[in-house]
Amino acid sequence: MSVPRASGYFRTSYREDQRLLDTRSQRSWFVVFALAMLGFPLLAGTFALDLANQVLLASIGAVALMLLTGYAGQISLGHAGLMAAGAFTAGILFKELAAPFWATVPASAAVGALLGLAFGLPSLRLRGLYLAVSTLALHFIVIYAGSEYETRRGFSTGVVIDSPIADARAWYYVLLAFAAAAVLVSLNLLRSRTGRAWRAIRARDTVAGALGIGVQGAKLSAFVISSALAALSGCLFAYYRGFVSAEAFSLYLTIQYVAMIIIGGMGSILGALLGSVFVVLFPYAIEAAMKSVGLAEQLSSLLFAVNYAAFGLVMILFLVLEPLGLVGIWRRVQDWLLLWPFRQKPL
Amino acid sequence: MQLAVNVLVLASIYALVSCGYVLIYRTSRVLSLAHGELMMLGAYGLVMTASLFRGHPLIAIAASAGLAGVVGLLVYALLMRRMTGEAVLAAVLTTIALGILLRGSMLLIWGAQEYHPLRALELPNPSLPVASARISAVALALVLSTAAVYAGLWAFLRFGAWGIRMRAAGQNPLLAAQRGVGLHGVYALAWALATFTGGLAGMLIASDAALEQTMVVIGLKAFPAALVGGLDSLLGALAGSLIVATAEVLLIHYVDPLVSDVAPFVVLLAMLVVRPWGLFGTREELDRV
Repeated sequence: MSVPRASGYFRTSYREDQRLLDTRSQRSWFVVFALAMLGFPLLAGTFALDLANQVLLASIGAVALMLLTGYAGQISLGHAGLMAAGAFTAGILFKELAAPFWATVPASAAVGALLGLAFGLPSLRLRGLYLAVSTLALHFIVIYAGSEYETRRGFSTGVVIDSPIADARAWYYVLLAFAAAAVLVSLNLLRSRTGRAWRAIRARDTVAGALGIGVQGAKLSAFVISSALAALSGCLFAYYRGFVSAEAFSLYLTIQYVAMIIIGGMGSILGALLGSVFVVLFPYAIEAAMKSVGLAEQLSSLLFAVNYAAFGLVMILFLVLEPLGLVGIWRRVQDWLLLWPFRQKPL
Repeated sequence: MQLAVNVLVLASIYALVSCGYVLIYRTSRVLSLAHGELMMLGAYGLVMTASLFRGHPLIAIAASAGLAGVVGLLVYALLMRRMTGEAVLAAVLTTIALGILLRGSMLLIWGAQEYHPLRALELPNPSLPVASARISAVALALVLSTAAVYAGLWAFLRFGAWGIRMRAAGQNPLLAAQRGVGLHGVYALAWALATFTGGLAGMLIASDAALEQTMVVIGLKAFPAALVGGLDSLLGALAGSLIVATAEVLLIHYVDPLVSDVAPFVVLLAMLVVRPWGLFGTREELDRV
């Protein structure tokens, strides 16, 4: 929305300016994409389906973090803590009350929203680095609470959850629905008053306040909405894995999500999606590459270490060489294609 | 009494680690979250030099300490130099990414098994009596070297020509640069010193217990200590380490050993609510709403 087009497309009303799909080619490509997404499980094998499910799960979390960091500009290092909160809400409700799926999902979103309020309160006084550090501290507290529950109740290795959805194909459609809903909600938020307030705050919060935006309310709303989404993705993650454990939500998970929005490209929902695809598929790509070189047998015990090192390296490369991320590359390709059929040399 | 000794040892560990955070932050306004990994790299360096200079423990220790400083220089020259002038988040994330890269590479090179550098150096680690408590020789060395490092840093920043340049660059980089201070040199020096002290801490911790993967956590836990005291104050780092270590040891002793990983962060959160710039930090430096 509101990206200027090269030529031929004129917007004559705000309604047109706000449209999510504003050209005919975008609409037709969207239909193709939607059909491909819906038809994917009919063709894919179990492994590809599992990968797709992981990508969809990650994309919900990445969109949540993108709203907070990429649009509202509030740096958070507590993302894994929020996801853990959602997962543990689901686990505890399931174990203690035998709550069904349709009850735990909204419950964990509600817990996430409440925690988001707690994570967001420091943002009223702190900015930048100090805010990041306070969310980091909250992350450790949430994880501690989770592991405390595990040890107190005797689930020392983790809480087992029975999922109502057993089939990977059914999971795919459920996750696709959740991810599509998350993206749609985010896009709608972003083109409304809330989203504009967030972007203004990201640019400079003093000016945003002078423009009549309730800075504190908007910051808190960013934290609450993002945290609710993150907790929701944590809850789905718990059901998908059938297992909740505090170890799964380490600081590394936060870093992975931050990497998704960095690699994808800050300030773009498309970036969050591309980043989650990249980060989720990356370790599998490394493994496949090692297998094709024939190193997999010798290095199978070291695969984890190779992944770790390569992931750090890729993150550094993106931060140093391509700060706009995959979306930046995509935009450049689009700009270049505008000159089609390349009769004239670009200036 | 034993509790007091434990607090002292833990506080000096945190102090020795957190002065690296403070050095880098007060000179270049970058928060290095790769400090735990750099610390561990220092410890692996000791393992390496110990097998290289077998029978000469002093040479091995000196070589690995020097190596740690060189690593810091390289980190700045090859990576962080490119991030000067970028947004705060980008620089912090670069250090996080560097940490991941280092951890993966260390796992690749040295594997996941435990190392005992002290055994490789063929040095004993006797337990010495202090009044009614006991302290191991390496822990005592740790306390002493922390004191030495802080005294050295104080003298260096107070009287040394490079130390004064470092303070100038920290206070106002633009003015300092116009007065002829080479910012890149100063920043590189800060990174080298921070990695040197961090590496020293890593070596001593590894010698006292063992070198294993959990060492990174110590680096992460020392960070609240630096923040509680104020990120741009060395004195603050000392005080913060003492506070955090006291809270941690007492909580472990009287409440629950599981608390040990959260205790520093609870202290940090309390501090951020009450006095976000820390005990001794400069108030106007803080990016505060």
